[in-house]
Amino acid sequence: MLELIIISTLNGILFGMLLFLMASGLTLIFSMLGVLNFAHASFYMLGAFFGFQISRWLGFWPALFIAPLLAGALGAAVERFGLRRVHRNGHVAELLFTFGLAFVIEEIVQIIWGKSPVDFRIPSSLDFPAFQIFSTNYPAYKMFMLLASITIFVGLLLVLTKSRVGLIVQAALTHPHMVGHLGHNVERIFMLVFGVGTALAAIAGVIAGPALVTQSNMAALLGPILFVVVVVGGLGSLPGAFVASLLIGLIQTFAVSINGSLAEAFGPLSPAYAHTWLADIWDVTVAQIAPIIPYLLLVLILVFRPMGLLGTRET
Amino acid sequence: MRHWMIIAAFLPILGGTAFAQESVKIGYIDPLSGGGASVGETGLKTFQFLADELNAKGGVLGKKVEIVPFDNKTNPQESLIQAQKAIDAGVRYITQGNGSSVAGALTDFVTKHNERNPGDELLYFNYAAVDPALTNEKCSFWHFRWDANSDIKMEALTNYMKGQSSIKKLYLINQDYSFGESVRSAAKAMLKAKRPDIEIVGDEMHPLLKITDFAPYIAKIKASGADSVITGNWGQDFALLLKAAADAGLKVNWYTYYAGGPGGPTAIKQANLNHQVFQIAEGIPNIGYPSAEAFEKAFRAKYDISLFYPRAVNQMRMFAAAADKAKSLDPIKVALALEGMQFDVFDGGKGFMRKDDHQFFQPMYIASFGDRTEKELFDEEKTGWGWRVAAKIDTEQTILPTTCKMERPN
Repeated sequence: MLELIIISTLNGILFGMLLFLMASGLTLIFSMLGVLNFAHASFYMLGAFFGFQISRWLGFWPALFIAPLLAGALGAAVERFGLRRVHRNGHVAELLFTFGLAFVIEEIVQIIWGKSPVDFRIPSSLDFPAFQIFSTNYPAYKMFMLLASITIFVGLLLVLTKSRVGLIVQAALTHPHMVGHLGHNVERIFMLVFGVGTALAAIAGVIAGPALVTQSNMAALLGPILFVVVVVGGLGSLPGAFVASLLIGLIQTFAVSINGSLAEAFGPLSPAYAHTWLADIWDVTVAQIAPIIPYLLLVLILVFRPMGLLGTRET
Repeated sequence: MRHWMIIAAFLPILGGTAFAQESVKIGYIDPLSGGGASVGETGLKTFQFLADELNAKGGVLGKKVEIVPFDNKTNPQESLIQAQKAIDAGVRYITQGNGSSVAGALTDFVTKHNERNPGDELLYFNYAAVDPALTNEKCSFWHFRWDANSDIKMEALTNYMKGQSSIKKLYLINQDYSFGESVRSAAKAMLKAKRPDIEIVGDEMHPLLKITDFAPYIAKIKASGADSVITGNWGQDFALLLKAAADAGLKVNWYTYYAGGPGGPTAIKQANLNHQVFQIAEGIPNIGYPSAEAFEKAFRAKYDISLFYPRAVNQMRMFAAAADKAKSLDPIKVALALEGMQFDVFDGGKGFMRKDDHQFFQPMYIASFGDRTEKELFDEEKTGWGWRVAAKIDTEQTILPTTCKMERPN
């Protein structure tokens, strides 16, 4: 039991950190540009595929650095040449632009790499069990994923709070016009933030690619969860995104281990009709519905606290 | 600018020229993208190879066999759209296998279409969807199944497990849809009858082809103390489940239906489970039947994958034989020729297509995956390990009764 709890905690935190890498970029982009980037998960997928291709030519470690830079540059280009032009047509137009972009990226990935999963392997230097908890091995690659995500998070925090660029970005988050009046190139900052946001998503892709399947449907699988994280945490709030990603990562991982159901809770006190026409609700276990629990949370948050857990603005 | 856009919008029409060729088209409706893509692609290559084999001998009744792929993304609604596209493209025979959920939708669609369009009937050849309902409550004259259904497989598997005294605690993990449900209920019922001493310590259902990280499920299996696992998982779900088991160092025996699918053998080797993973199937590469071995060699030489669907071979060869027997490619005549047909199956032995429910019965094999001896010529996915027969079940012993009340065309 203790083993299950420890492993689930580790896995939950790991998944949460991965989600945070992506959600942080998304929420930053939203706060700065007011655009909910539907194509964010697509940059995650691009990161994974660039990582795969570069690791084929140069090895995993170069890929870890080059792929996010490439994806970030692509993101910056999208902002500079696409989004900026669409910006004057309003928020809905920007949203549609990113929505279309998501489809285009998916199709291009399918054209170049095909529709089947690609063989993005864990580098052999990390392919061993790191330690044993009771009797289960915990793979070293997963520890690497955890440590890498934490390092990037800490780095992001330091840059945003301590460096000059970070302070300007923080200011531009809430007072873009004032920052512009002070002489900073706000447009350049927007491009930078979009580029860094997408680079963060891409690095999550390179890290997660070997562990989760690298396939052209990656974006569609993770995209919805990303929005849940961002909305639950509060649009525009970085600490909110952090809390929400960990929360959802842990909930989804722990939910799988829980076999409870209403039937078990009520036991012999279940009403007679419970197992016939209410069977779908009564007999279903928490483990079975684990994948949809984040969406349940999304609905609850929107009903009771629409600004999110730590959000500071109304959506 | 606008004129160019309007012209550009009409350009795609130029791509769709229709051919009125002398060919018999077989629509292959299976996933070619998404979670099921790895299995769908394997199936497509198998059918294309079989079509080439038939065409090399002059085709069926002189006509070339053409496999037309339709991507259904393992989605029942999408499959119906693709089936309609197939009908519009002149296809009279469709084949599908990945996902009993899809199969259920397709068999209803085909039955209704045939009722409403006499003269334009369609036949549905099911090569892998094994929910027993398809040849029981939902049976149809237009549906033929070449894979032993889930109950037949579980009967064979549990008969084998009855003799394995080392099994004490069993865990069930399956995909949450009609097929997974049938595996789990058949397993529980049959084990209760044959080995009531086995304790079922877990009964898990997970979403179909959506999970990419099975670590939480493996942690649960570990925590339950099970020594054996029964799973009907196929394709990506099986490969990733075993991959997670390999990562966690889980050592249990696995009793499966589809361990040999794409990614499975690699994951089993990675988990270092030498002859601890068992599969019930109608054939494996190392049975030692000469013509099957020749086919396997040729298939691997062309596509660099192993033959995972001996049943597809039986299906296509029987289709050709039925068309020859009926001297026609009309679906009704072919169907009447197919039912009751006896056939020499791919891996040796005789099988027959039962008339009552259109279920094909054939010899079945329980095989385990691990290191090979000189007798086992074929390895899988370049792991060096291969399949070895653990038990053979003759056709007569696989027969189960049916509740099908088939409505026949007059």
